[in-house]
Amino acid sequence: MKLSFSAEDEQFRGEIATWLEQNLCGEFEQLRGRGGPGDEHMYPDERKAWERKLAEGGWTCIGWPQEYGGRGASIEQQVVFHEEYARAGGPGRMGHIGEGLTGPTLIAFGSEEQKQRFLPGILAGTEFWCQGYSEPSAGSDLANVKTKAHFDETAGQWLINGQKVWTSNAHESEYCFVIARTDPESVGHKGLGFFLLAMDQPGIDVRPIEQLTGTSEFNEVFFDDAHCSAQDIVGAPGEGWKVAMGLLGFERGVSTLGQQMLFQNELDEIIRVAKLNGAATDPVIRQRIADAHVGLRIMRFNSMRTLSGGGDDGTLQKEAMIYKLYWSTWHRNLGKLAMDVLGPESEVLEAGPYELNRLQSMYLFTRADTIYGGTNQIQRNIIAERALGMPREPRG
Amino acid sequence: MDFTFTEEQLMIRDTAEAFLAEVSTSAAVRAAMATELGYDAELWQKICDEMFWQAIHIPEEYGGMGLGYVELVAMLEQMGRYLLCSPFYSTVCLGVNSLLIAGTPEQKAEYLPRIIEGATATLAYTGSNGRWDAEAVTATYVRSGDEYVLNGSWRYVPDGHSAQLLVVAAREEGSSGTSGITLFIVPADSQGITREWLPTMDQTRKQAQIVMADAVMAPESVMNEPGNAWQLLERIIGLATVAVAAEQVGGAQQALDITVAYTQERVQFGRVIAGYQAIKHKAADMMVKVEAGRSAAYYAACVADETLRGGSLASELGDAASVAKAWCSDAFFFNAGCGIQLHGGVGFTWEYDIQLYFKRAKSSETFLGTGAWHRDSIAASLLD
Repeated sequence: MKLSFSAEDEQFRGEIATWLEQNLCGEFEQLRGRGGPGDEHMYPDERKAWERKLAEGGWTCIGWPQEYGGRGASIEQQVVFHEEYARAGGPGRMGHIGEGLTGPTLIAFGSEEQKQRFLPGILAGTEFWCQGYSEPSAGSDLANVKTKAHFDETAGQWLINGQKVWTSNAHESEYCFVIARTDPESVGHKGLGFFLLAMDQPGIDVRPIEQLTGTSEFNEVFFDDAHCSAQDIVGAPGEGWKVAMGLLGFERGVSTLGQQMLFQNELDEIIRVAKLNGAATDPVIRQRIADAHVGLRIMRFNSMRTLSGGGDDGTLQKEAMIYKLYWSTWHRNLGKLAMDVLGPESEVLEAGPYELNRLQSMYLFTRADTIYGGTNQIQRNIIAERALGMPREPRG
Repeated sequence: MDFTFTEEQLMIRDTAEAFLAEVSTSAAVRAAMATELGYDAELWQKICDEMFWQAIHIPEEYGGMGLGYVELVAMLEQMGRYLLCSPFYSTVCLGVNSLLIAGTPEQKAEYLPRIIEGATATLAYTGSNGRWDAEAVTATYVRSGDEYVLNGSWRYVPDGHSAQLLVVAAREEGSSGTSGITLFIVPADSQGITREWLPTMDQTRKQAQIVMADAVMAPESVMNEPGNAWQLLERIIGLATVAVAAEQVGGAQQALDITVAYTQERVQFGRVIAGYQAIKHKAADMMVKVEAGRSAAYYAACVADETLRGGSLASELGDAASVAKAWCSDAFFFNAGCGIQLHGGVGFTWEYDIQLYFKRAKSSETFLGTGAWHRDSIAASLLD
């Protein structure tokens, strides 16, 4: 076991830290610490400009292979990048869907023509993507997609009809990738296609969802004969599930240490408040703050195991499988702790009619953490079935 | 960064696992735990002669294997998993660590080779006030020329009734807190020492009470930094705490494994109960507990290693040990408790092994501080 980063990785750390220090200033200064989960609706235009700035410095898509314009950065370097980005207070990345999901999917499954057409815009920070997976009847049961794709022979293009939901930043995106049913008779994960759609077209209607935070990061997206050209399906019709699942496999946990740095900032803020208002003398609050510290330290150690290639027998990465359930539960508890430390002040808003302060916003948003990206209940099913070998749930 | 076991560490772990699966069966554990000694002396001698485990992290200059704390933790995890009844924990994790941290060169040269030959040892520092910090040291000494005269008692001493060598902590009469503490190493059969086995709910690890009445310690018994040994004792306790956490990970894993195996066999309403979500979700929570605990224990092992062999992580020992002990204590208890529940009625019987894990979970949770105790100490460092 070796817990430190190599000299080369530390040099890389210095490089990105210096670049951020020299560039995350001036017009971008106001973006520090903004635009993360719960705050994604803030400063979209300025954050897009920041993406272009990042691209100029060669700091977008660093994990992509060099032949596609990336740096071919190692896992360690990507971890270091995310850590330094979080440390500097880099704003929530407008480009993260394109960089983290679309790009790797196209590199793995896309045609040459798709790669040439779509990758450069992602790299340059000029074209943004959103994700069309969930539907009103396809939540935990993600394969229960009802959105249909019909190939119009005369026009030579696909027509998409249906509805997606919980689509982040749909109103700020140029493109959306959509899974839709190419075989109308099919059910479940068979008969799906993976489509790349331009958002700016008459057949697409984006409606924001007003969340319990009073803000809107998520949208409903309606497709009414939305067009998708024949060459913009990834893989063959019927292979959409394979492509979509391959995409989930691209999350290697490189951003987890960066995420934890944001969590640490939140915990530090809670500790600051607790010392200030006297909550730090309450023995129950003290236990809970210490428990949060214990949980966050272990989250880091767990990520280090995952990033090191995981399972110590080289096979199943159990510590990777627990990550979502673990962090979301930890974070939800932190949200409640924040309010309990604030005491009666936790009720008082920053301003009317419904302007939340940072901890209030975090508290409310953590209620989404245990739902999106696979609810805690689905995570437990996955762990029980795949890691512990218990019987699979019956599927309709 | 590479936070995984090396090939060699994997081999050590796998060898330990295979050996323990053979010798530390349920029947063997139950036979050993029913005795006052608490272990099979022949098996211990075999471990010392053939496996050489007692020498694992003793430096080569004293005849040891010279391996690190990560290797030790890899083995301890397996011992916890198989509930090995042996004086390994007391001898290696308390005795050897005390010598490595606080022994004088003469004491190391005298006692480490004896431990390698199979001598057993333990550490006694706690009185009866239920604390695990410097306040726990209540036995006192007065100086008489260059000798020390000890009076007082120690409780909850692992294998204290059977260990051949005792490391004891006492404080100068009238001192309090972290000052005035001195460590001594003496043969357990020395004049003025009486030892009494304390029958315990967890029978797999024996505890004892030690009483000294005007026990005279010669100057060569005094370990490093007399009168100022708390900082050394604190480090010894930190290392011992990491070792308990490692055992707890193994116990928590086994509690999960035997429980899942049972639910895969037990049929109710016409199907195995492992198929019910109420069972699956509880098992998933148990796995989260144990995997997170494993990450904590392995990290703490790296910190412990640098504590003994030098390195920048050494300064993290207090935090890393508390993080690991707080989590692993709660995790083991959670898993063993859920284990009984998921076993249903048979979980309440003497016959099924889950009860052994439930009892070890509680005793190891208490020993060297519960989760709440360690969270208190973390809170003090974060908030005061």
